[in-house]
Amino acid sequence: MGKILINGNEAIAEGAIRAGCRFFAGYPITPQNEIPAYMAKRMPEIGGVFIQPESELAAISMVMGASASGFRAITTSSSPGVSLKQEGISYIAGAQLPAVIVNIMRAGPGLGNIWPAQSDYFQATKGGGHGDYRNIVLAPSTVQEAFDLTLLAFELADIYRNPVMILGDGMLGQMMEPITISDIKRKPDSKDMVPLDKPWALTGCRNRKLNLVASFRMREGEMEKRNLELQAHYKEIVRKEQRYEAFNEKEAEIIIVAYGTMGRIAKGAIKRLEADNKKVGLIRPIGLWPFCKDVFTKLFKDNATLKKILVVEMSYGQMLEDVELTVLGRYPVEFFGRSGGGVPTEEEIVKKVLELY
Amino acid sequence: MTGKIICSGFGGQGIMVMGKFLSYVALEGDKFTTYLPTYGAEVRGGTAHCMVTISDNEIYSPYIAEADAVIVMNEPSMRKFENRIKKEGLLIINKSLVNAKTKRDDLKIVEVPFTDIAAKLGNIKCANTVALGTYFSISSIASKKDIYSVLNKMLAGLRPEIFEVNQKAIEEGFSYDKPR
Repeated sequence: MGKILINGNEAIAEGAIRAGCRFFAGYPITPQNEIPAYMAKRMPEIGGVFIQPESELAAISMVMGASASGFRAITTSSSPGVSLKQEGISYIAGAQLPAVIVNIMRAGPGLGNIWPAQSDYFQATKGGGHGDYRNIVLAPSTVQEAFDLTLLAFELADIYRNPVMILGDGMLGQMMEPITISDIKRKPDSKDMVPLDKPWALTGCRNRKLNLVASFRMREGEMEKRNLELQAHYKEIVRKEQRYEAFNEKEAEIIIVAYGTMGRIAKGAIKRLEADNKKVGLIRPIGLWPFCKDVFTKLFKDNATLKKILVVEMSYGQMLEDVELTVLGRYPVEFFGRSGGGVPTEEEIVKKVLELY
Repeated sequence: MTGKIICSGFGGQGIMVMGKFLSYVALEGDKFTTYLPTYGAEVRGGTAHCMVTISDNEIYSPYIAEADAVIVMNEPSMRKFENRIKKEGLLIINKSLVNAKTKRDDLKIVEVPFTDIAAKLGNIKCANTVALGTYFSISSIASKKDIYSVLNKMLAGLRPEIFEVNQKAIEEGFSYDKPR
């Protein structure tokens, strides 16, 4: 099959379908409306479930229910809507259930506006809901990556029985690019299928031992035991699931750290600076949690010319804190960001780098 | 080769369709392309624009700060985007709806009455297609074969007369400088 031209939202929706997911629950909000629109059309065609419930909280709770019964399930929203889902996400993490949650970010705080932003990084990577839990967070920078990372999100969610969040922004959701669609070799969920690969699922316990899926642990020591299990999981995820793209990083004097659409715009700025003989490299975290600390550690060993690190975000400095915690004062960490709907341009990033150079 | 194009006009003039058309033509020619629309509060009669990049190489920013070409289908769009074109860049103006003159004197300016031409063809809605024809004619960014192939795909399933009028619109746009 040749390339097709679709937008980031549609790529995520099609990615979920190709991953075998047949359950979508979501409430409309710009700039992610193409996802529910796509699902509303496609899910009934392929024997799946599309439901627009009464609220975001209902949507995430339905995802929890579908997931507890063993089905791949997804909900999508944008910043204010994702705030409303946090209770459910915390319950899903506590109950050790897989789920895919998509946040196509808009500007905040509050109702903000509908334009692109990256100001939900803290919420996505540091919990958002209550309790000692973590989301695996993936941040696509192209429409192709939006599709590919959706496939990956379902895999990781099942492997670790943990919520996985796809964190994009309005620009990624709305822009169209040609992409190649690929299938994963997994039988799609169907309504009457009892999932065999999820022995923990609530599938009706006739002829087998009772399964328990719950985040409520009242007996003495039980919750702590569950938390220690979760922490062991998180340690394994940190070890195995760091993802990034590195570009020109070995010879660079300045390294730009940027994710999502900011990552690709920063790369454009670096290309311009290259023509001006400026040695600038890029580290683009693809996974935001776990954060790609190891590539920095390696870089500090291998790169003798590095002088400064510049973090660029569509926020006033959120990933910045993870970079600072990684660099630990070994190099100056500078910042450039805009938020509220303004997107830093290649030209602005070039200007900032030249100030630092 | 990279072309950065902004299409702009009233909501309802088919501005987003223009942008998608450009991106489809790029895809047809196996090029890289990004299409970035304005989204959300656009309504018929309000202003709307989209940004399209076509390139032989990987495209970094889908957002265009400085365009190679801008097509303005109404006057507010000219005011909004005339300063967003690079020096020696191309400004294509829908003369039917833009009376004002641009303040820029460092551009290649092409003024064509797209809306009047479309009305003469019998379907005022295809003014956007006429404008595309003019852009293709000047930029030579795509072959006619690819343009028609995309026109066929985009209008698949619609009445044949819609294809015919759009085909005529492309041709009229191509010969934008013929005396009228």
